[in-house]
Amino acid sequence: MAATFFGEVVKAPCRTGAEDEEEEEEEARRETPEDRVLRQQLAQKREVRLLRRQTKTTLEVSLLEKYPCSQFIIAVGNNAVAFLSAFVMNSGVWEEVGCAKLWNEWCRTTDTLHMSPSEAHCVFYHLKSTPSVILCQCSCYVAEDQQYQWLDKVFGSCPRKNMQVTVLTCRHVTDYKTSESTGSLPSPFLKALKTQNFRDPVCCSLLEQPNIVHDLPAAVLSHCQVWRLPAVLYLCYTDVMKLDLLTAAAFQPVLASRSLKGLAKNIPQSTEILKRLMTLNEVQSNIYT
Amino acid sequence: MFVPCGESDPDFSGCTLVLPAVSVGNVGQLAIDLIISTLNMSKIGYFYTDCLVPMVGNNPYATAEENSTELSINTEVYSLPSRKLVALQLRSIFIKYKSNSFCEKLLSWVKSSSFTRVIVLSSSHSYQRNDLQLRSTPFRYLLTPCMQKSVENKIKSLNWQEMEKTPCIPEMSDSDYCVRIPGGGITRALYEEGFPFLLFFHETGSPRVTQASTLNPSSLPAPASKCWDSGGVQHGSQHAGLSVSLGEELERPVACSCSKEIYMAVLLKFVSEGDNVPDALGLAEYLNEWLQLIKPQSKDPAPPTLPWKIPSSWKLLFGSGLPPALF
Repeated sequence: MAATFFGEVVKAPCRTGAEDEEEEEEEARRETPEDRVLRQQLAQKREVRLLRRQTKTTLEVSLLEKYPCSQFIIAVGNNAVAFLSAFVMNSGVWEEVGCAKLWNEWCRTTDTLHMSPSEAHCVFYHLKSTPSVILCQCSCYVAEDQQYQWLDKVFGSCPRKNMQVTVLTCRHVTDYKTSESTGSLPSPFLKALKTQNFRDPVCCSLLEQPNIVHDLPAAVLSHCQVWRLPAVLYLCYTDVMKLDLLTAAAFQPVLASRSLKGLAKNIPQSTEILKRLMTLNEVQSNIYT
Repeated sequence: MFVPCGESDPDFSGCTLVLPAVSVGNVGQLAIDLIISTLNMSKIGYFYTDCLVPMVGNNPYATAEENSTELSINTEVYSLPSRKLVALQLRSIFIKYKSNSFCEKLLSWVKSSSFTRVIVLSSSHSYQRNDLQLRSTPFRYLLTPCMQKSVENKIKSLNWQEMEKTPCIPEMSDSDYCVRIPGGGITRALYEEGFPFLLFFHETGSPRVTQASTLNPSSLPAPASKCWDSGGVQHGSQHAGLSVSLGEELERPVACSCSKEIYMAVLLKFVSEGDNVPDALGLAEYLNEWLQLIKPQSKDPAPPTLPWKIPSSWKLLFGSGLPPALF
């Protein structure tokens, strides 16, 4: 509790979330059977489901158990997805092998049962010529209570061997901690984090402490670190979080890495495709017309 | 579950496990950082669960370019074999409704690994102190009964203050007393898991399940009533074919077997949110009074300064630099 200037007593926020835990304990003790049913229903609604859209069936095992993989490339966020779409997916024939269906408060669609193909936001593809190369385009937000579920549905419980993981994502430049002001930083810029078993050279400088990464990319990297998989995360710090040409193009140095080399065939053509993707998604402002 | 960094599982038998509760001011976690950094403890594994929000970053205890690129995750285990000390560090908050699951998994690991004792470093809201607490030292301790028997003399010699029990319902004069740690996160849950339950019945009433930590000494039943020490009967669990819940009245007394109690100590400080580095130093020194992990550097006895090594990640704690144009 703290008293404000005006004399009102307010509950001071606790950055550790410890207040919630005490309330949670009290709630759990007072929970009625009806509350439990509601909680279970909500948990069911938030469940991550992996399915094959072509056959409308749920995958019985984890994705990487069904599709053995040597290279797993994951794009999280719209700019990383746009980059892979333009530079990698347009340079080969990719076949969809699965799709993660999930709902949380950040989802735009309210209909969780009949998500149309254009709304499914976490799609998995494999390269037809080399099926062990799997790509994931994840443009939806995977909430913290869904991240481990996602890992379980994709990676499974047994640690996968002989697989290298590459994750691409963006964060806002104001999340980057530096002794200078973030306003003076030349954004967008790339930083990397790698697991202990990743031996290849990285395409940019490593992320310095005290900077950290959260969300799905952190969940994937943690899994890889614990189970000793070689994995690298390329993080683009940008001041434009919506779809942006400069931000998406900032991932280009990653094309020189072992996992992506050979997958991007025609860079000039891909750059044009990227520009077109940007214009397609641009919301035309008609405020002055 | 514990996943070792190396090929084989380390041997924890005979070791002391120190861990933080994610609590107000993150004081426990900062204190553990100080201990790991100062004692140069090596990472031996991960306590990998689905209970904490995922996060990764480079080595927070880096001392040189060479060791600055080791990836760290949200729950890691460090060890100092020479002192039989193991530290578990938690670097993020619990996912909603997962804190109890974490407590169960943690204590199950403690029991199966045969740790000698567990010390939880925590903190509590300073604004919740009563008048007596306001006037006394901000440090408190709590011990489970078996730990009390084991370290009673040592604690007495340190002249430490035990955390006071407060009435569960302040308005009621005959209310049970319980340990309350506001802002302490999972501290109370961990502590109570290491405590025995009591099954007892009144002369006229039916047997009732009560937690020993909630007993009001003045309201203990008359001598004719009997108490059974039920050991580790878990809240809401099955035992002897009977499901028991806290406060539940039973048709007949149940004799329960005693499961192993946990040797646990809680060390906490009353703090407010803010710059909690001094609080962390204080809590680490409080622990050091007992465990004597590090000795004062200066030969001059007053005031002795302990050579705590601030981790390299403890910079920009309050954000990036400011734009010069602001001024």
